[in-house]
Amino acid sequence: MSAQVVEQLQRRIESLQGGPTRLTVPVHPAIDGLVQLRTGTSYAVDSASLALALAAGASRAGEWVGFAGWGDFGAEAASQWGIDLRRTVLVPEPGDLWLEVAAALVDVLKVVVLKPTTQVDPKSASVLDARLRARSSVLVVWGDWPRVEASLSAEQTAWTGPDRGRGRLDRREVRVAVRRGGRLSAHDVAFP
Amino acid sequence: MRVLVAWCPDWSVVAGLFEQAETGAAQVPTHDQPAAVLSNNVVEVCNEAARAEGVRRGQRRRDAQSRCPELVLLPANPDRDARYFEPVLATVEELRPGVAPIRPGLMAVPAPGRYFGGEAHAAALVAQHLVEAGVWDCRMGVADDLFTAEQAARQALVQDCVVVPSGTSATFLRDLPVRVLADLVDAGEEGRELADLLRRLGLRTLGDFAGLSAAEVTNRFGAFGRSVWSRTQGAAPTALGSRTPPPELACEVAFEPPLENAEAVCFSVRTTAERFVRSLADRQLVAVGVRIEAESDGVVTSARTWLHPRCFTSRDLVDRVHWQLQAGTAGSGLRSRRDSGEVSAPIERVRFLPDTVESAADHADGLWGGGADEQVTRGVARVQAMIGFDAVRTPVLQGGRGIADRQASIPWGERPVGLRPLDRPWPGRIPGPAPARVFATPLPADVVDEGGRTVAVTERGVVTGEPWRFLVAAAPDPLGGAVRRWTPVSSWAGPWPVDDAWWLTDPGAGSDPLPGRSARFQVVGVDGRAWLLVWRATGWAVEAAYD
Repeated sequence: MSAQVVEQLQRRIESLQGGPTRLTVPVHPAIDGLVQLRTGTSYAVDSASLALALAAGASRAGEWVGFAGWGDFGAEAASQWGIDLRRTVLVPEPGDLWLEVAAALVDVLKVVVLKPTTQVDPKSASVLDARLRARSSVLVVWGDWPRVEASLSAEQTAWTGPDRGRGRLDRREVRVAVRRGGRLSAHDVAFP
Repeated sequence: MRVLVAWCPDWSVVAGLFEQAETGAAQVPTHDQPAAVLSNNVVEVCNEAARAEGVRRGQRRRDAQSRCPELVLLPANPDRDARYFEPVLATVEELRPGVAPIRPGLMAVPAPGRYFGGEAHAAALVAQHLVEAGVWDCRMGVADDLFTAEQAARQALVQDCVVVPSGTSATFLRDLPVRVLADLVDAGEEGRELADLLRRLGLRTLGDFAGLSAAEVTNRFGAFGRSVWSRTQGAAPTALGSRTPPPELACEVAFEPPLENAEAVCFSVRTTAERFVRSLADRQLVAVGVRIEAESDGVVTSARTWLHPRCFTSRDLVDRVHWQLQAGTAGSGLRSRRDSGEVSAPIERVRFLPDTVESAADHADGLWGGGADEQVTRGVARVQAMIGFDAVRTPVLQGGRGIADRQASIPWGERPVGLRPLDRPWPGRIPGPAPARVFATPLPADVVDEGGRTVAVTERGVVTGEPWRFLVAAAPDPLGGAVRRWTPVSSWAGPWPVDDAWWLTDPGAGSDPLPGRSARFQVVGVDGRAWLLVWRATGWAVEAAYD
C-alpha cells in the first residue's frame, strides 16, 4: 500500500516538473479491467451510461469532472454512478464553440466528457489533443473522434426486471466492446 | 504630528445621489435637494436640505415624507458609500500621500507643515480639489490629534477649515458639549450611551469630563470611558493607519534607434519581460491578464490586452508581443513567417501593464492530486466569458415525481434556491436506476398494442392493451438519428399513474408539473434500449432514456 502511494507521488512530482508522465485515473469498479484511463489521452464511447462510468471513477476519487454538449444530462443517474454533482461542471449547450469550451475545461478538470454538436474534423480534433497532452486530463468523447486511445461501445444490453407490466427496470448486463488499436475485446459487465 | 481631517457630512446621501446620477435614475442631483438614506424604513442619514424641512434621523419613512414630500429616498448601502469615497481619497492622495480613511466620509492626512504655505492654505487647497471632484460639502479641521481635528472639522463651515493651534487642544475641547461623543467613529451604541450617561450625571461639557481624575473615570466608566477620557484631554496618541499606494508594476523598454522588425523587438524585450514577471513574483503575484502597448513616434500604435489560461511567464509575454506586432502589419495571418517580420512603423517603446494579477499561491500545483478549486473556478469563468454566464451550470437533485422534475441545474457559482425537498416519499415516482438521459422537453412518441390501436390508461390505472410496438418520433441527437422506426417491445413495466395538480382548472397555465392524469411506463425495445415513456390524455411522450 505505502509503496503504491510512494510511486503515485513520484509520478505526480515528475508531472509537476513538466515530464510527459501519464498518470492513471481511477475508473468505476463496474468497468474495472476494461480500460485503464490515462491522462493526456482521449477515449470514445457510444452510450451515455459508459460516459458516466468513465467519469465516475475520477469523481469518486475527489476530482472535478465536466460534461460539455450533453443537453439531456441525467443528474440523478450521474449521482447514482457516484459522481459528486458539487464537483461537476455542466455546459449543456456550447453551440458552435464546443471545441473552445472543451479546451478550456480540459485545462482545469480531470475528466471531460464531450458530446460534439457538429461533425468533428481532424484538424480541430488534433488541436484539442495537443491541448490535452499539455494538461493532465482525460477526454471522453461521446460520438466519433479521429484518434482515440480506446473506444468503448455497448453492443448488447439485457435488462432484468420488467415482465409484461409487473416489476421494474432493475439491473442490466451490457456487453461492452473495447477497441484498442487494432485489437477488439468484449466483456460482459453488470451496470449498477 | 499635526493631523488634517477632511469631513464630508452625510456621506451616505452624497454617495447615493452620485449613484443615482450615474445610473440616470433621477434628475441631476444638487446639494440642495432634500434626500435621505433609509434602512428598514427608518431614516438613517439625511442631508442639510432635508433637515431644514424637519426630517430627522430615526424618523419613520412616512413621517419623513409627510414633512418633506419631495424627499429623495435612497437605500442604505455601506459598500456604495465606500466605493464612492475611494476616488475622493485618491484626489487627496495626489496632494499629500499617507491618507488614512477612517470611514466613508471621513479621512485624515498628516497635515503639511509649511509646504502649501501653512495649514489653512493646505486645507483650502484640499477643499478646492474636493469641490472640483464634485464633493461640494467638505469641512476641514487641523489639530494635534485625531479626535480634536475631527471635532474641529465638525465646527467648520462648508469648505472651510478650523485650525486648532498646537498645544491648545484641551482648551478647544473644553467647551464642547458631551453630545459630540455620541458620534464617535469607533464607538457606535457605546458612545451614545456614554454621552447620555454623562449628561444625566450633570457633566455638560467635555471639559467637565476631562476634569475628572483618571482613577475615577476608570472606576466609573471602565476601559471604554477611560479611552474616551484620554482623548478629551487632547493628548491621545495619533496613529494613522494610512494606506499604501498600490505599487507600480508596469515595465517598459525604450529602443534607440527605433526597431523596424518584430523579431528584433522580441529579442530586445526579453529581459524586460523577465523583470516584469520577477517584480510580480517578488510580491507573490502572477499576471493572468497583461496589456501590451507599443509606441512609435510617441503615439501608442498597438495596444491589446492578453489573457492567459494560467499565468504569464516571460516567454509567454515575448510570444504575445510577437503576435501583436505581427497582427499590426497589413495582410497578416496568411503571410508566411519569413516575410511577416516587418512592422508598420518603427517601434520605439514597448510597455507591459499588468491588467489582472492574482495570488501566486492560487496557481501552484498541489502535490496530492486534485488541483485547487480556485483553478477550476477560474477555468470555468473563462468558459462563462466565452458563451455566457448561465450557459455553464451545476446539476442538482431535488424531489419530484417525474424524472425531469427530480433534477435541476443552476448557473455556475449561484446558490440553489427553491428546490423541492429530496427526503419526502414522492409516491408515484419511478423506482430503480435513474435514466442517463433526461429530455427537458419530452419528445413525442407513440405506443400501440398488437392490433395497432394506441395504448391508453383508464381512470382506474389499467392499460387498454399490452404495449406491442413503440415509436420515438424524433431523436434529439443529430449524430445518431437511428431511432425513427417502430421498435417491438421486448418487455415493459408500469403504469405508474400520477394525478398531478388536478385542482388547476386552467391547464394552459404553464405550471410545473403539468396538471392532469398521467402514467409512466418503462419500456425495453428488442434492441435492449430502455425508455421512460409517459402517457397523457394528449398522447405519448418520451421523458428519458436509459442509454
